[in-house]
Amino acid sequence: MPAMPFLRITRARWLSQLFFLGLFLFFAFVTQFGYLKGYPVSLFLEVDPLVAVATALTAHAVYHGLLSSLILLIPTLFLGRFFCNWVCPYGTLHQVTGWLFNRRPPPARIDSNRYRRVYALKYYILLWMLVMAAFGSLQVGLLDPLCLFFRSVTVSLLPALDMAGGWIYLRPHSHQLAWVVGLILVGLVAANLIIPRFFCRALCPLGASLGLLSRFSLWRIDRDPAACVDCDLCLPRCEGASDPHTNLRKSECFVCFNCLDDCPHDALRFAFLPDLMREVTGPDLQARRAIFAGLLGVLFYPFSRRSGDLDENFAKEVVRPPASVAEPEFLERCIKCDQCIRVCPTNVLQPAMMEAGVEGIWTPVLNMRMGYCELNCTLCGQVCPTGAIQQIAIAQKLGVGEFADLGPVKIGTAFYDRGRCLPWAMDTPCVVCEEVCPTSPKAIYSREVEIVTRWGERRVLRQPYVDPQLCIGCGICEHECPVVDYRAIRVTAVGETRSPDRSLLLGTAADAPRST
Amino acid sequence: MSGEPIRRRDFLRRAGTTGLVAAGAALGGAWLHDQRRGDGYFRQQREAAAGRLPSYRVDRGSQAPAMAVARGRDPEALVRAAFGALGGMDQLVRPGDVVVLKPNVAFDRPPALGATTSPAVLAAVARLCQEAGAGRVLVVDNPINQPEGCFHKSGIQAAADAVGAEVVLPRPAAFAPLRIDGEVLTTWPMLYEPLARAHKVIGIAPLKDHNLCRASMTMKNWYGLLGGRRNQFHQRIHGIVADFPHMIQPTAVVLDATRILMRNGPTGGSLSDVAAGDTVVVGTDMVAVDTFGYGLLGRDPAELEYLHRAEARGLGSTRWRDQVWREVQVG
Repeated sequence: MPAMPFLRITRARWLSQLFFLGLFLFFAFVTQFGYLKGYPVSLFLEVDPLVAVATALTAHAVYHGLLSSLILLIPTLFLGRFFCNWVCPYGTLHQVTGWLFNRRPPPARIDSNRYRRVYALKYYILLWMLVMAAFGSLQVGLLDPLCLFFRSVTVSLLPALDMAGGWIYLRPHSHQLAWVVGLILVGLVAANLIIPRFFCRALCPLGASLGLLSRFSLWRIDRDPAACVDCDLCLPRCEGASDPHTNLRKSECFVCFNCLDDCPHDALRFAFLPDLMREVTGPDLQARRAIFAGLLGVLFYPFSRRSGDLDENFAKEVVRPPASVAEPEFLERCIKCDQCIRVCPTNVLQPAMMEAGVEGIWTPVLNMRMGYCELNCTLCGQVCPTGAIQQIAIAQKLGVGEFADLGPVKIGTAFYDRGRCLPWAMDTPCVVCEEVCPTSPKAIYSREVEIVTRWGERRVLRQPYVDPQLCIGCGICEHECPVVDYRAIRVTAVGETRSPDRSLLLGTAADAPRST
Repeated sequence: MSGEPIRRRDFLRRAGTTGLVAAGAALGGAWLHDQRRGDGYFRQQREAAAGRLPSYRVDRGSQAPAMAVARGRDPEALVRAAFGALGGMDQLVRPGDVVVLKPNVAFDRPPALGATTSPAVLAAVARLCQEAGAGRVLVVDNPINQPEGCFHKSGIQAAADAVGAEVVLPRPAAFAPLRIDGEVLTTWPMLYEPLARAHKVIGIAPLKDHNLCRASMTMKNWYGLLGGRRNQFHQRIHGIVADFPHMIQPTAVVLDATRILMRNGPTGGSLSDVAAGDTVVVGTDMVAVDTFGYGLLGRDPAELEYLHRAEARGLGSTRWRDQVWREVQVG
């Protein structure tokens, strides 16, 4: 075997992988108040064609930057699933994990990189997701590698890393069920120790979409049967398990070029328009299984919608970020990437588990015990790549100036639980809620009353009320309430601006009295 | 038993290892053994707090003015005139001093809404400290809203950056429990790390209406040095505010009444809640300064409970007219 040249294409590939992994992590790090500046932090999600196609299916529109996903089609149509082994940061994570922890002798590596039927699973997953999307339920984010990786970084990884000295957050951020998101990350990464690149080969719906597209690509790895001695030495480092030792499975090849390095007889080359007889052009799909996967979508959509999460029985505790679109459309647009959760400065945004229905897993909800919605902040809408949370100006959120006719953006309404409230139930002064209420005039007001305590002592104190016309549901009252377990004032979704069927008061938010 | 008898060396090695592990476990257990009963545990928890804050006051003699009022438009000129009338910053800050400035940055609001200390006033005080030779000027607060947003939106961060003062953000590690031994507060977590470095402390409070304690001024401003469960303070708010001049004896306080939050306090939120005040008051007696300030809100200091509680405890005087004080008109 000739010595490998120092400058070779696989070295360039490593540079590219490390660059994009670094860039992804850099964007994830700067997606926070104080670092955000003008960085295009949504770039990775915006060039993700699966996100663009699926949201186009659900919402019948390609939102803002998602058009740039066309860029990714260009290398795919020329080179194949180039993205998977040159760009995808999640793929790089899997590859590096395997390289570090899955050392095996070459014969075992050859076996672990042979194609298996289970690798077709990703196409059925993709199909199920696209059928769901066609009905209006966006589920690609569950497994799309960029959404999945960003979510894992946001919800589990950064808060964990921050524990070493608090270098990320000013005040530590926590996320409900971070351990579940973390366990999924660890589990998928650990799968590399059994089957290399298991996620990329078997589960990844983005890889599946690119695999489908790669049938049109003009270049591919090609084996010269005359030169090949069937030594299988192209397999020990084959990332995609794409059978380079025989007729290449074009849809599975990650274009990592390791086989070109490893072939001792120069029988492999990256060829332009090679012989179609020497390739397996399309994925290994079975029509009846594909129909079954589609049927799962056809059935699961009504199963979830008839669970009632969008109708009368909608989850009352599910308060969505300000300027979110109405819930049915929210589920058409939210890709569960959790960038909003990452950028939220108060830690109020949390990934939902089941509280927003099965379709709403990992979508953002507000937890007022963990934070509150900052009045002069619209960062979640700034970073949302799909318009599930609309990009609005502060003036629009406040309903002032040119937006006065729209009124303020309300995300819910606060209600007192008088049995738990200190001035109402325990003869004790408090009204922290009124103090922190940020609207002007305050939505929370208090009436001075003179009470006689059980010991006959006369005492003057203030008892608080909510003015539902002024309340915007920001939840700072709930967050600051001293009854710290089950708060004495709590925000629920009723009155939210985004859905007319959840309104509370007759009339519009713009009718609310306001100081000029 | 079959096989060869064990050799002495092997026996000693193997039995010795087992013995060492057993001895180590016994010693470790004895070393870590906690014999306290429950009451001992809880009593120690309660008494674990560290020391008290030192006094940051400067002895300027009995004839030095306790308060100076400057009236006029330009905030920087007002601050200079007020400190000048008080006797000059040179009396308060020595060359090389580390000075902590404590503005009120409680809310994520633009400065024009009057919910936070005016950046111009903060910058002017910082500059005076630097001119008096201060080694470092630290700007410290523990806001109610998200801290970075508060410092940014209030303009305090930019003002500090512009004059070369350092903002110290309230990281959890910067807090430590301190003894206060007040009427209500015994020990409480305080934003102690910058205070431990400080030689001088100057409070800079905006003049604000307050929904519960009627007014937020130089005494109430020290709320922002505390951490922990501050939302319990409201249950005994006048006692708490009257504890603050006991908790900390600052070098001086500044009441920023360049604009006044007249209603909907302490958050405000509308320009119609704000009135022009065109006044800066500086002093060494917080009770006197706040009594004067309450008058600027157009209200009667006789009704403000925490002032009288503090006065009754000898922490200051509401009878500012009886003290040495100055008033200057600027421009």
